[in-house]
Amino acid sequence: MKYIGENLLPGQLGHFFVILSLVSAGLSTISYFFAARQPESQESKEWKKLGRISFVIQALSVTAIFSLLFFIIQNHLFEYHYAWKHSSRSLEFKYLLACFWEGQEGSFLLWNLCQAILGLVLIRKAGSWESPVMTTVSFAQFALSTMVMGLYIAGWRMGSHPFILLRDSGVLDNAPALHINFDISQPLLPDYLSSIKDGNDLNPLLQNYWMVIHPPVLFMGFASTLVPFAYAIAGLWTKKYGHWTTPALPWSLFSTAVFGVGIMMGGMWAYESLSFGGYWAWDPVENASLVPWMTGVAGLHTLLIYRATGHSLRATYLFFMLTFLFILYSTFLTRSGILGETSVHAFTELGMNWQLLVFLLVFALPSLFFFFRSFNKIPTIQQEEEINSREFWMFIGSLVIFLSALVISSQTSLPVFNKIFGTTLAPPADVEFSYNSIQLYVALILAVLTAISHYLKYQSTSRSYFWKKMLTPALISAVAGALFLIFGEVNYQKKGAVFHYSITLTILFSFYTVIANASYIWVGVKGKIRKAGGPIAHVGFGMVLTGILLSSANKEIISTNINGIPAPLGEGENPQENLTLVQGLPVTMGNYTLTYLKDSAHPKKPLWFYKIQFKNQKEKEDFILTPNAFVNYKGNQGLMANPDARHYWDHDVFTYITSIPDPENQKDTAVFKSYLQQQGDTLFYSNGFMTIDSIQIRDNLPKELFGEEGKLFEVPIRVRSKTGTSYLVTGRAAFVKGQWISLSDTLVSEGLILQLQEASPKGTVRLGIKESDALLKYVTLKAYRYPFVKVLWYGVWLTAIGLLLSMVNRIRKNRTVTIIS
Amino acid sequence: MKKIHLALLVLIAISIGVLISFTNTTSTYDTIGTAMSKPGKYVHLMAKLDKSVPLQYDAIKNPNYLRFTAVDSLGLTVAVIYNNAKPENLEMSERLVLKGRYMDGAFQCEEIQTKCPSKYKEEEAKGLKHPGNPPDPRTAP
Repeated sequence: MKYIGENLLPGQLGHFFVILSLVSAGLSTISYFFAARQPESQESKEWKKLGRISFVIQALSVTAIFSLLFFIIQNHLFEYHYAWKHSSRSLEFKYLLACFWEGQEGSFLLWNLCQAILGLVLIRKAGSWESPVMTTVSFAQFALSTMVMGLYIAGWRMGSHPFILLRDSGVLDNAPALHINFDISQPLLPDYLSSIKDGNDLNPLLQNYWMVIHPPVLFMGFASTLVPFAYAIAGLWTKKYGHWTTPALPWSLFSTAVFGVGIMMGGMWAYESLSFGGYWAWDPVENASLVPWMTGVAGLHTLLIYRATGHSLRATYLFFMLTFLFILYSTFLTRSGILGETSVHAFTELGMNWQLLVFLLVFALPSLFFFFRSFNKIPTIQQEEEINSREFWMFIGSLVIFLSALVISSQTSLPVFNKIFGTTLAPPADVEFSYNSIQLYVALILAVLTAISHYLKYQSTSRSYFWKKMLTPALISAVAGALFLIFGEVNYQKKGAVFHYSITLTILFSFYTVIANASYIWVGVKGKIRKAGGPIAHVGFGMVLTGILLSSANKEIISTNINGIPAPLGEGENPQENLTLVQGLPVTMGNYTLTYLKDSAHPKKPLWFYKIQFKNQKEKEDFILTPNAFVNYKGNQGLMANPDARHYWDHDVFTYITSIPDPENQKDTAVFKSYLQQQGDTLFYSNGFMTIDSIQIRDNLPKELFGEEGKLFEVPIRVRSKTGTSYLVTGRAAFVKGQWISLSDTLVSEGLILQLQEASPKGTVRLGIKESDALLKYVTLKAYRYPFVKVLWYGVWLTAIGLLLSMVNRIRKNRTVTIIS
Repeated sequence: MKKIHLALLVLIAISIGVLISFTNTTSTYDTIGTAMSKPGKYVHLMAKLDKSVPLQYDAIKNPNYLRFTAVDSLGLTVAVIYNNAKPENLEMSERLVLKGRYMDGAFQCEEIQTKCPSKYKEEEAKGLKHPGNPPDPRTAP
């Protein structure tokens, strides 16, 4: 059957490129495999050439798939399921990319594209490592390409196809109106597409600019962990057990920087757009990214130890391998739906659980087997690390990060544990505390180690050197700490004194981390910024710790319900922490006087913007925050709120709407007041006046219904409000068998209900007016004061800058080494 | 034994200790029968609203007192007391996750998670979503 209006070409092209990408990735894997097996031979060169060509074809295919899918979304081709499901016509252009990765297929493609880009860089830069490294990279590309295949093999579904048509997706199967003869067993109507007016829209909470940038950076981070993994495998494979660490080091630095920024951008999104009330909630989805990042950091540090001393090579192998394997594990966790109950995030199963598991195992089993088989061949140094050496404490630090990652991963994996062992374990009563109570002490240890380890030398450090160099930063930190103890405070009391003091102590040590590493830029590397990547990154890390501790411990809810107006709130909201503002009525909240000015609607969606004026008499400050909310979006009752925030140098004030009047549940207690009026008279109400211009009468009515004297009156009433707006309301009344029957008319924006109660042909009318506060407008909001969040954000950027500086420095060094050798 | 190996063993031992103490704080998913068998312990009770018994809630008298009967898949029932406002979609929910403790002949509930027929609704009640794994907003047209 031919359907009208479908544009099938992009889908057919897309399908072709999906297959091409899979085939070329497979060919590239095989070619590179043979090229790596017999290096230095003529045959190897040819295999390598073939590997390159097919990898480039693969990269081009992914780019083509990406472009075609974007074309489909951008042009609202709703005959494609993906466009229909994830976008709509009302969506702003900037969010079209966010639609792209809302679905699993799009995010797999994004991941694939990021890996393709990194692969192309490797082809140019990896030199003699190209063939063995690219074998793994190509194989990863092959495995990822199967995720968008959409094939059914003996009842098993392999991959989910991004170009599937709406009519093939099963969505329309139960819609009789779209089928011939309204019979769902019949084929679809040829012009079914004309009934598909709009798509399902992008999830409103994803309509945020962070959602345009956070996923690409995060997936680049995911992809980047493959490179150290591939190098480690190549090291085992070629039996050049240590050499790979030289080229892998810049990659590891790059990965740590990009991945870390990607994760924290998610935090920024959560903080700015989502009513989580914070940037981090220890949700399984967040943990799933954090864990591989941490193991990657552990690997980076043991790699540095190995480069400097020859120790810790085995640990480096293990950490880098587990980093990528944890990426695959987190992919399995977050996409298989196994987390179900324990995550507040939503999961949709694509029915690909077995495939995701195979994806994990196909990398995990051979690589770990390889590693343990070669374990004894990996060179180690018999001599012991001195306790006053840098490598000793760096290794302890790496180990702490790694074990902490394992603990987080185990806590997150409760549902997996339940599935394997048939237990019924559920998360603890206070999930966040179950993580915080452990990780606070990890942070404390890491803060101390990060502060001192730059002042230790590799091999061994003389006591006098350490104390001489360490003295100044230690003194400055002591002063800073004392100042904090005197003027600052930690308000986190709800988990007891021990936890409270531990937070305070960790804050003091995070100051120490910042100060010690900042002064190392001068003391250690003599202010040479090019070499200062390490200390700069650690200053950033110290700031991240400081920012997290200060903002989370001292977060305050400032919207105390002082006027006592109750409002219906969502689950888990405390009525005492939510403040109700009646339109136009100023209310005090902390230092501010708040006034709900007005609201406005988005022209195309049920998105409302609430203008709240904040005035601070003391600071002579006056600004407007505009939190917004989707109201009864898609027939779902309720609010989906987006916060707005005011940023100061030392804190943020952050507010979002928690309740608005329910238009359907208005109880009305006011009564009508009657006024006898002549035609042409002016009648005042609290917000303006109204006039009656004419009276229209109909009396040729059926007598059996209306009686002898039956009449119908229609009186146009012109209402003019103080604001200058004028409205025309028609009052209607009927005189039926000696009785008056009136119809009321409501003017919501003026809080006015008008009722024509009586009228006479002589020009007198009796008008009932009700001014009702049931039409009153209010908003209920929740507001937080978040101190020192900026320290966290700047810390994140600084860490990344430091890491990238180190990367550049290492690439330069590697280049000179290559030239010399 | 090298010092570093000693440190390794100590740290691993600490991690295992930490994990064991974590499993002690974990709760369990329970039916009414098993929840009643461990009074005072914080559990996740999986049940649904028993619509044959009227629920008690008077927003004017005390908006923070809700009492209803929950029934589980095995047919057992228990009285549930929830000292908070009644969740709006309680009656519409097809499944409830009740977090709390069984004490003094009733289930003292601290948190109610309602699972509504539409996946979308449940998300919206919490107002939380994550990219990459969105809920399926489609309802058959």
